[in-house]
Amino acid sequence: MREKEPKILAFLCNWCSYAGADLAGVSRIQYPPNVRVIRVPCSSRINPLFILKALQQGIDGVLVAGCHPGDCHYISGNYVARRKFAIIKSLLEYIGVEEDRVQFAWVSAAEGARFAQVIKKVTEKVRRLGPIEKLVKTRGI
Amino acid sequence: MQEVQRKIREKARNLLLAGSVDFVIGFEEGALLLRASPVFIHKEDDVEKLIWDSFCENNLAAYLTKIGNKRVAVVAKGCDSRSIVALIVEGQIKREQIVVIGIPCQGMIDRRRIEKEVEGEILEVKEKSDEILVKGDSFEKVFKKEDYLHPSCRTCKHHNPVISDILIGKEVKERAQVDEYAEVDEYEKKSVDERWDYFNKEVNKCIRCYACRQACPMCYCEECFVDNSYPRWIGKELNSSDLAVWHIIRAYHQAGRCVDCGNCERACPMEINLRFLTKKINKEVKNYFNFETGLDITVPPPLATFDVKDKQDFIDSGE
Repeated sequence: MREKEPKILAFLCNWCSYAGADLAGVSRIQYPPNVRVIRVPCSSRINPLFILKALQQGIDGVLVAGCHPGDCHYISGNYVARRKFAIIKSLLEYIGVEEDRVQFAWVSAAEGARFAQVIKKVTEKVRRLGPIEKLVKTRGI
Repeated sequence: MQEVQRKIREKARNLLLAGSVDFVIGFEEGALLLRASPVFIHKEDDVEKLIWDSFCENNLAAYLTKIGNKRVAVVAKGCDSRSIVALIVEGQIKREQIVVIGIPCQGMIDRRRIEKEVEGEILEVKEKSDEILVKGDSFEKVFKKEDYLHPSCRTCKHHNPVISDILIGKEVKERAQVDEYAEVDEYEKKSVDERWDYFNKEVNKCIRCYACRQACPMCYCEECFVDNSYPRWIGKELNSSDLAVWHIIRAYHQAGRCVDCGNCERACPMEINLRFLTKKINKEVKNYFNFETGLDITVPPPLATFDVKDKQDFIDSGE
């Protein structure tokens, strides 16, 4: 039987990472098809609840990508987001959710090849972890 | 203690008589032994109700977000005063509204531990300078205060009020040598699965009464994310996944705001170890942003601001 493919959810900021993904596409760069993209206006739009909700519903890994520091379309959105990510990332690790379930990256609009690289790396890491069990919401207690 | 109590009453009476505050928030004798209960004194005749002992465990700052535009005097220990600072910094109350009656605190007693260590009903409690005498029908036991402090008091580094308009009692010596994050460090050494098992065991005790939220001075949102029905972030049932999310986000929302007063844990009827989550958050806030809550009225909350040079070792930046 074929191994179950990991499902990965990527939150991409509209101005950099989403455009980076677009560039990867128009440049015909191959990357794993495991990723589902949600476009957000800015990486600071990410509420940690988005990440947890995804994991609860059985997503195997979450990637959040935004503009490199200094490049934010809204000047400082990603700086503020970075602080939030630092806390939620270390908290999730602390309670025993595997480190690689939730990952963060900066990808600019010019980095199509790098976007493909990031997705490859994330997919590999999540594949190694296997399907998610912790935090998944099942019926009953 | 008696002296402190006398002075609290005196100051409260003076403030009320002078009309400089609308009411005083303090502690009165609780309905149950081993507990003091918060009290609101509106008339100077009632100041005799005010007490001060080793059971004044509540964080009275929790009431300050509900005072509207009244002027209020509040009895504040070290942790309460830090919460007051945090609330002022977040714009929830104005400094001019609050008269802080600061009291250097020796630490409060963990009543649950005492209750567990005696058999039968407690009928009488007497407090001496460093001992608690507990009597029942068939027993009489003496507890040394130092050994029965609440866990949050044992690692406290701010016994003395950070701000106060009136300071009652002598300042106490801070325990500088205490490693407040020792438990967190210990927990971090465990394996991923051990950590998950412990976390899961703890949160599965939860009955979703939200007493932790109600007790917390910093949980003042008009509508909490668990009460939101559109979008409905998390389910209402006792599902272990939802319980985990509730506790993760509750702790996360405390980032840079928790003063580790232990009010949540004392309020919890299921005795969940809630502080092991918030303590971790405090540690990371210290580590990443070099910030401690409620020490300085001029410093904004860490998650409302940023530094270009913040650490980002956990982000794939392509370098």
